[in-house]
Amino acid sequence: MRLVVAEDNALLRDGLIRLLEANGATIVAAVDNATTLAVALRENEADGAVLDVRMPPTFTDEGLRAAIDIRAERTGFPVMVLSQYVEQLYARELLASGQGAVGYLLKDRVANVGEFVDGVRRVVAGGTVIDPEVISTIMAKREEPVDRLTPREQEVLALMAEGRSNQAIASALFVTEKAVAKHTNSIFAKLDLPVADDDNRRVRAVLAWLRV
Amino acid sequence: MEEKPGPLRLTGFAALQLLMFPLVLVTVVFVVLGGVLTVVTVGIPILLAALPSLHWITDRHRSMAAQTLGHDVPANRLPSTGQPLFTRLQTWARDPMTWRELTWALVIVPVGFILSLLTVLLLLVVVTGAFWWYGAPHIMRLRAMLDRALLSRGHTGQLEQRVVDLTVSRADTVDHSAAELRRIERDLHDGAQARLVALGMTLGMADDLFARDPEAARKLVTEARDTTGAALGDLRSVVRGIHPPVLADRGLAGAVQALALDMAVPVEVTTDLAGRPPAPVESAVYFAIAECLANIGKHAAAANGWVELRWTDGCLHAVVGDDGRGGADVNAGTGMRGVMRRLAAFDGTMRVSSPAGGPTLITLEVPCALSLPRTTPSSGTA
Repeated sequence: MRLVVAEDNALLRDGLIRLLEANGATIVAAVDNATTLAVALRENEADGAVLDVRMPPTFTDEGLRAAIDIRAERTGFPVMVLSQYVEQLYARELLASGQGAVGYLLKDRVANVGEFVDGVRRVVAGGTVIDPEVISTIMAKREEPVDRLTPREQEVLALMAEGRSNQAIASALFVTEKAVAKHTNSIFAKLDLPVADDDNRRVRAVLAWLRV
Repeated sequence: MEEKPGPLRLTGFAALQLLMFPLVLVTVVFVVLGGVLTVVTVGIPILLAALPSLHWITDRHRSMAAQTLGHDVPANRLPSTGQPLFTRLQTWARDPMTWRELTWALVIVPVGFILSLLTVLLLLVVVTGAFWWYGAPHIMRLRAMLDRALLSRGHTGQLEQRVVDLTVSRADTVDHSAAELRRIERDLHDGAQARLVALGMTLGMADDLFARDPEAARKLVTEARDTTGAALGDLRSVVRGIHPPVLADRGLAGAVQALALDMAVPVEVTTDLAGRPPAPVESAVYFAIAECLANIGKHAAAANGWVELRWTDGCLHAVVGDDGRGGADVNAGTGMRGVMRRLAAFDGTMRVSSPAGGPTLITLEVPCALSLPRTTPSSGTA
């Protein structure tokens, strides 16, 4: 896994690099602002990028904008966006292109190293990993077409949006993997998702749920 | 104001003033009579009828003077609507404007009567038509100036009122800021600070245990990691309360979109801002809208909500509406009062229309300038 890391805080940048390299990733470039990020991505063959939302020069949301720009240029380029706070608005903007390979997490989640690295892997493989905090605000809404889902199916879909595998969902909900597979198939059917490979359908289900 | 009235319309004013002259006389007699008779109670009902009549007459003259002069002639009476009758009478008696109006009726009206009569006669005695054409505007202007001199507080009076308003709103603002700082201090003390202390203790215990019981130490480290997560959560909520990051990133329009998205009911946001208002105004309006939306979520039982943001004529307008049950009371909670105090620091106002059964409409207006364009008109449903 060859990654570009963009984070302006030196402590956090070094921490991220150490943590990713310890888990088998190769960091091809580490930058501290959005401008050099664009250059680094052009000059290096990378499988994905891990970005901080707030970076120089304006310290607002250039990381997010950079992520959207990269994906406009290189369709479906995997990005994992990290931030000190999460907004549903930003999650929707990241997913607006209708493609997967997007992660959007609170920086706190990095503390759970195993789960975080697994999340990065899933994003690079084309999946979506959305922060539980975003998921919980969406869970508060009950709207069509998600209304048609049973409460159990909604739980499964929420965990799917967090980027969990069927196996992880099964252990989180204390059910068998087979039961989870039954739920996911039912979700795909209720959301009228065309038959395709499982990964692609998972992404589509999450996108439908986020209403983007 | 629109263009000034011509000689014919001015003569109309003069004729109206002549017609009202007897009414002025009668009203003055009753006010004086009522004032004297208050010692034996019967004066009170007389005053309760005569003073509103005086207010009505003076308001008509203010309106005519305003049109003649081409600028506002405000009444600046002390607010008395909604007070019980007797308190209202006391307010009127205390109000310097009542005394000015009475003086006006006694002093200006006889002089003004002559001026108005002159204007009407110049027209009626046809041969003086030329004098009328050139004279009427000047005569009526003189009359309007005389009326304004007593019926409206002078420049100094208005400035005095402004100073009183500013003193009150400044004191409120200082109170509000002090309360906010206390709240932030308390939140940090009880939240993140306490958690960091606990974190230090947990790590200390883990340090002790590593040699003797590595498994227990590992559990403590996991616990410590969870505590850092909770401490960060606390800090995030404090930061949101001070200045929400999305407001810094996206300005008012984007931040309101983000608020709307987090609502359980769909909220449509329409914005038409050619630039960004000053940061303190943005922040005050953001928290005002956040409070309104929170109330929709808590009390309105609405199926739909909407927010409109617009900037026209040097004023930022925000309307927050919902199709819920209505009956919202601004004075019921501390939240809305805080919002009003915060807006008052920028001469902002809030109006609430919430009949029982809905819909509820809250209109916020804050005079301000817009800076360089950054946001574009957009709309969307959350």
